Amino acid sequence: MGLVAGSIAFWLAAWWVNVRISASRGSGTLAARVAVPAIFGITLLLLWEGLVRGLDVPGVILPPPSAIALRFAASTDILWADFMQTFVKGALSGYAIGAVAAFAVALLADRYDLLRRGLLPVGSFMAALPIVGTAPILVMWFGFDWQSKAAVVVAMVFFPILVNTVEGLRSAEPMQRDLMFTYAATPAQTLLKLRLPAALPFIFNGLKISTTLALIGAIVAEFFGSPTVGMGFRISTEVGRLALDMVWAEIVVAALAGSAFYGAVALIERWLTFWHPSQRRG
Amino acid sequence: MAEASAGSGMTSGGGLAGGWLAALWQAMLPVAVVVAWLVAFWYAACVPMNAKDALTQAERGGAVISPEGAAERRDMSSWALVMRNPGHLGGVWSLDRPRLPAPHQVAAELWSTSVGLALQGRMWSNRSLFTHAWVTLSATLLGFAIGTGLGVLLAVGIVHNRAMDMSVMPWAIASQTIPILAIAPMIIVVLNSVGVSGLLPKSLISAYLSFFPVVVSMVKGLRSPDRMQLDLLHTYSATGAEAFWKLRLPASMPFFFTSLKIGIAAALVGAIIGELPTGAVAGLGARLLAGSYYGQTVQIWSALFAAAILAALLVGLIGLIQRVVLGRMGMAR
Repeated sequence: MGLVAGSIAFWLAAWWVNVRISASRGSGTLAARVAVPAIFGITLLLLWEGLVRGLDVPGVILPPPSAIALRFAASTDILWADFMQTFVKGALSGYAIGAVAAFAVALLADRYDLLRRGLLPVGSFMAALPIVGTAPILVMWFGFDWQSKAAVVVAMVFFPILVNTVEGLRSAEPMQRDLMFTYAATPAQTLLKLRLPAALPFIFNGLKISTTLALIGAIVAEFFGSPTVGMGFRISTEVGRLALDMVWAEIVVAALAGSAFYGAVALIERWLTFWHPSQRRG
Repeated sequence: MAEASAGSGMTSGGGLAGGWLAALWQAMLPVAVVVAWLVAFWYAACVPMNAKDALTQAERGGAVISPEGAAERRDMSSWALVMRNPGHLGGVWSLDRPRLPAPHQVAAELWSTSVGLALQGRMWSNRSLFTHAWVTLSATLLGFAIGTGLGVLLAVGIVHNRAMDMSVMPWAIASQTIPILAIAPMIIVVLNSVGVSGLLPKSLISAYLSFFPVVVSMVKGLRSPDRMQLDLLHTYSATGAEAFWKLRLPASMPFFFTSLKIGIAAALVGAIIGELPTGAVAGLGARLLAGSYYGQTVQIWSALFAAAILAALLVGLIGLIQRVVLGRMGMAR
């Protein structure tokens, strides 16, 4: 009982600190904006640890964070192999193929007006569908290895990137196009120097949405059949063995990979679209 | 003069109706062309995908296929087989268990397992897609309601409490980059071992998936009134609660509905994935899984299309409610 009371008391104390920080005059500073969520996160972990230990929750229902961290540290080689199989081979390759394909189709759709007006509604419709359900079919076609996972990822990321790119290519203003026209720019020059840069914020919006979708597609496709390695495979088999600390360790990997992937794409965006109002500083 | 203006009014009215039809035609024609093109591509794709099985079937029926024997053909490319046996490919669109079922096969399966069964008075039989769709839909809706309700509550808390805003909001945004669906099997199995099974575990996954989109855009929506409008309410000496009910909440509605559309689609995916790990016997996800175990490709495709239709109906329904509500609030665009 002491542990439970202690962790709840700690929670209240930390919350009080957060309230004080956010009400203080320094609440707008970078330090405060990092410290407050960090304190909140650490408190959550400690509360979880204290409650699980204090209430004697069995490890097959909810392992404490310390057990997950230990398991993570003890099985980095397995986690790394799973990461390579699912993220690098499945998700990344599928993401690249899907993005290039969507981009090519978007350029085509931009060239032919009929195609654009037809593809845009169909594409937005498809983007709202549960495409991850194609996983059993694609696993049947492309086998159990990473190729089928990449195929699921291609199907999942294609439509969001397509729709956003087509929208983006139309975002240059008539005045700007007229200016290019007065420069006697060829369509290719207009595309490269005006419309593609103007489309970049939209394209990156699609690319950022797709980072999470790619990882979800690669993991869920492994639930339908996989070689004996991979994050989805590990999650489904370790759940079956009730080794939940391993499952949580795998989820930590997925969370880290997902955030890093998103962060990397966001960094590239900042680097390429430094001129856009949303990226400017000060 | 009066006559002329009345006449012009008439024609402009007629032109308006005509313009509306023409606009619809202009919007629908490209979509129809693209869809027709996709269906044609699908039929064409059936030829190489199903060539081997179709040739084996034709050979059993007595036709002479080159090269002879299924074993001979196993390692050949589908295109070579198509080129060498152009006359015996009629079966590619009517196989029992094709690698890629033709559109009409999927449509026939969809019809016979839904409306067809209903017409026989067995609308809720075990084979009926209505049964499976309802199982998935009920989990989706329950989870969606839980997720949306909690999401709105958290958003209200975040907007009104600065400490909560600074603590929770970064985590809510960061959590959108995490593949949450990965924890679905664990939630199902753990809740099962505690004795909770059936609808609730699936709904929790749906709730979790629809929760964060609603939080993030509701916070945006509740903050969308600008300084001037808030100042006006201040001069009326409105309380915080009045400002919330009369300004912030109405202003957040467009954001709310947009997030609902994202949330319901995510909730449906969550419910479908939630049916996978337990080997559930009912639900669209269970149909997908059973189909993939037994190689019943037509069944997989029909379950997939049923899920797509369900998603489209749900998103469309929310879009309709959005138009009516925003229209009555005078916010229609």
